[in-house]
Amino acid sequence: MHYQPIIGLEVHVQLQTQTKIFCGCSTAFNPDQPNVQTCPVCLGLPGALPVLNGTALRLAIKTAMALNCQIAKFTKWDRKQYFYPDLPKGYQISQYDLPFSFDGQVELITNAETGESRPIRIIRAHLEEDAGKNVHDETGRGRDSMVDLNRAGTPLVEIVSHPDLRSAAEARQMLEELHALLTYLEVSDCNMQEGSLRCDANVNLHITKDDGTVVATPIVEIKNLNSFRFTEQAVEYEIARQWKAFQETGKTIKDAPKSTRGFDPDRGVTTIMREKEEAADYRYFPDPDLVPVTVTDEQLAAIRSEMCEAPAVMRKRFQSEYQLSAYDASVIIDQGRLLAEYFEATAKLCGDGKQAANWVTQDVLRVMKERKETIANFPLRPEVLGSLIARVTQKQLTIKSAREVFADLLTAEEDQTPAPSMAQIDEIVAAKGLAIVQDDGAMETAIAAVIDKNPKAVADFQAGKQAAVGALIGQVMKQLKGADAQAVREKILTKLSGG
Amino acid sequence: MVSDGANNTMAFPRETVLKVASLARLQLTPEEVDLFATQLGATLDYVARLDELDVSNVEPMVHAIELTNVLRDDVLVPSLPRHDAVANAPKTDGKYFLVPAILES
Ligand SMILES: [Zn+2]
Repeated sequence: MHYQPIIGLEVHVQLQTQTKIFCGCSTAFNPDQPNVQTCPVCLGLPGALPVLNGTALRLAIKTAMALNCQIAKFTKWDRKQYFYPDLPKGYQISQYDLPFSFDGQVELITNAETGESRPIRIIRAHLEEDAGKNVHDETGRGRDSMVDLNRAGTPLVEIVSHPDLRSAAEARQMLEELHALLTYLEVSDCNMQEGSLRCDANVNLHITKDDGTVVATPIVEIKNLNSFRFTEQAVEYEIARQWKAFQETGKTIKDAPKSTRGFDPDRGVTTIMREKEEAADYRYFPDPDLVPVTVTDEQLAAIRSEMCEAPAVMRKRFQSEYQLSAYDASVIIDQGRLLAEYFEATAKLCGDGKQAANWVTQDVLRVMKERKETIANFPLRPEVLGSLIARVTQKQLTIKSAREVFADLLTAEEDQTPAPSMAQIDEIVAAKGLAIVQDDGAMETAIAAVIDKNPKAVADFQAGKQAAVGALIGQVMKQLKGADAQAVREKILTKLSGG
Repeated sequence: MVSDGANNTMAFPRETVLKVASLARLQLTPEEVDLFATQLGATLDYVARLDELDVSNVEPMVHAIELTNVLRDDVLVPSLPRHDAVANAPKTDGKYFLVPAILES
């Protein structure tokens, strides 16, 4: 008997608008000042009329295009009715049977090393409004819960995938891929701490019995996962739990309804929230306060022209155009669009993608991390880094010297001087004598002088102590900082062997 | 389902009345359940007269108003002062709407 996990995600993405989806209240994250971003519309006061935010619609269409969805020419609004304290109107404005987009797919990288990928199908993406936030009494004394409606009415796109994911790791990768895609497009900041990207995971197992028959376990929806790690942990736990439950009870999808569970990150377990006795009855009906939306081909073409390159496309292009490994390309792409653009500018300027990738993924990322800086504030601009790397590829500087210049440029920047320039590279190289000595005459002279001054080391070497040559090399290098140590070594050896 | 008019009322099941009431969080007396069963039955019956029409060539109507694309610009409008926002709350601490403890999970 063996099993195959079957996983689908429902991802909620907060769109990057200034104002809410149907009113002019701010969407700023502001938990310290509850209930200061509300109005009659988002409070659901009688007589208030919602009006659609045009930017929310445009960003939503952009999202759907990035998901390779079909865009509906005609879409409408429906009321989804249920009672919960964070839902002031008693219904959520959402889209039921005519969502603005459907039938898409996302290419999921399933192996970071090889870059192998597989399409994950998207059933639909629709627009809706977010609910408010309930703040619970943590003392356990049953005190009142507190409701903050600042968030009520924030525009969300809900993305529903087919159950095409096959492991907890893939569920996490899918969420990461969407995160990268949506931040590249600048449709959402995808800030997970602030709830701008969160998901529900539908999980069950297809079990192949020893006689070859296949049965499915009851479907569980894990609600409100708000980090990549929790998503992976929750799904992982749920797969193991269902496998154990099936072995103990033999219950299949035919014996039990779909149930809802929550994830407790402290204990790393999912716990039952409710069994759905029957399909929830939301009594959807068209919202009479909002008129339908139509879009023309011209409008869609205009939105399409604003689209930037998708990270998945950029990842492939970096591999072919700059000869990067799938892994290096992913490391760069996953850092966000600004870093990817920084890399590309640097690679173009120095003419060596592989070297540029090494510098960006090692040196630049390390310094950014140490200084807790974003690439936007990184003091070395691509022109300067590109020029520095070019000197290495053109054999004017050794890697070691270039690292020294890199560090010095950053220190100089800390001393409040203007941002490091290309001229400063020349100054540092000159001041420290780092330029690779291509003048054989200078090297010969230096070597001859060192040999003259160190008869003991020479004698040791000639007596068979190979290590003695190291001291000689060291002294030559001290004089000619930019010299290539390997070349110096060869020349000394030749000389000492009577060359 | 064929109806011969509003006078001949179809029975509307009491269980359905109770279910709709529960979804709407309404508590009904047994008399009210009977009353609404009759009234809702009559209303639905009346609407069912539309079944007499052949609509096979008519586009489904999705909205009562023949208007589309009413949009606003993404521009901030001042919100209500908090004092006003919570003014109608049955219970408030002046900052939040207070509701009986919600038990999660
Ligand atoms: Zn509002």
